[in-house]
Amino acid sequence: MLNVGDLNEGFVLDHIEAGKSMMIYHSLGLDKLDCCVAIIKNARSNKMGKKDIIKIEGGLDLVDLDILGFIDHNITVNVIKNGEIVEKKRLSLPSSITNIIKCKNPRCITSIEQELNHVFMLTDEANMVYRCKYCEEKYKG
Amino acid sequence: MKHLLSPLDFSVQELDELLALASDIATNPTKYNHHCDGKKLATLFYEPSTRTRLSFEAAMLNLGGSVLGFSSADSSSAAKGESVSDTIRVISCYADICAMRHPKEGAPMVASEKSRIPVINAGDGGHEHPTQTLTDLMTINELRGSLDNFTIGLCGDLKFGRTVHSLINSLIRYKNIKFVLISPKELRVPDYIREDVLEANGVEYKEVEKLEDVMPELDILYMTRVQKERFFSEDEYLRMKDFYILDKTKMELAKPDMYILHPLPRVNEISVEVDDDPRAAYFKQAQYGVYVRMALILTLLGLN
Repeated sequence: MLNVGDLNEGFVLDHIEAGKSMMIYHSLGLDKLDCCVAIIKNARSNKMGKKDIIKIEGGLDLVDLDILGFIDHNITVNVIKNGEIVEKKRLSLPSSITNIIKCKNPRCITSIEQELNHVFMLTDEANMVYRCKYCEEKYKG
Repeated sequence: MKHLLSPLDFSVQELDELLALASDIATNPTKYNHHCDGKKLATLFYEPSTRTRLSFEAAMLNLGGSVLGFSSADSSSAAKGESVSDTIRVISCYADICAMRHPKEGAPMVASEKSRIPVINAGDGGHEHPTQTLTDLMTINELRGSLDNFTIGLCGDLKFGRTVHSLINSLIRYKNIKFVLISPKELRVPDYIREDVLEANGVEYKEVEKLEDVMPELDILYMTRVQKERFFSEDEYLRMKDFYILDKTKMELAKPDMYILHPLPRVNEISVEVDDDPRAAYFKQAQYGVYVRMALILTLLGLN
């Protein structure tokens, strides 16, 4: 594997589905951070064949794990201290998400009232179904 | 403060209390003539409605209260671009309770988040119409004496009919209800009603195409309108339209104590010759709609 350099203090987002790293980079607002961020695309993976990895220098409070859980709860978050993995965090689906996705139902009140938050609630965990809080329309990717 | 945005906002126990109050109002309407003296209901109707708005107004007037409001978006500040959130903040200063109909789904929920008075959803697009469901439940309860142990046939447009979806969602909370879903295949209930509601709760149901095939089984027949434009082709419409028109001949197949409900307006799906049949309950249903709205206003204002 391409060596990007060791991380002394920070965290690694591992097992990202290949090709999704840039979307996650933007969704988490990593482009706005001052710290060092490394994106590795198409790394070899025994489990996934190919995967993406993002390494971020700094504290875990830099990212919203709810957003990450919504995008892909199979991503592993490795917390690094003094160059060692000290914790592996498993993500879960957040019970609600605000202003991450938009309701596409043209009949929804959010389509005409611009100041409203776009809130989605997890209504079926097994099938990962999120519905708009207002019109209850199912979110379809 | 409680609002009514969806029929499921009330627990079964709360619904039982509401229906008991509505039943008492039906028996002794004059007893409640002054319960809302000095109270005001705002009817915020962003799209036209005849029955629902007048039913709310009649309910409040019967309780001794008064009514203010508008009956179309053109005659409201929405025409100037005011948001629902701002409108409800202002209306909260003028009235004690409000009923809102809005073409956009979720508008009453937005209102409830900013409101200082109880908000009743009087219909939000194709989403919910909870007071119609309360009306349907009261009608069944009054006619049968209970909301348990019966077979209900839902006939017509089961795909787009929000009243049908809300009624199914509400009735599955009661014991031993069997559903017979009667519709052309184009207008069957959406998958989420079949899978997430009926099958997920182990409710007994069947789907058929012809009303007359199942008439003898039914204790309640809930009719809805089948619109020509919902069909894929003219031929298909012509082939099927008579399956969903209730007339005297089909009524001969029904049980002597089966009741016919319809959310109204009726167009041609129930022949007028059926109106005089003692089992035709749809106009009685409209009367129950006023009583149940009276009970709802009293409950939400804490005057019950």
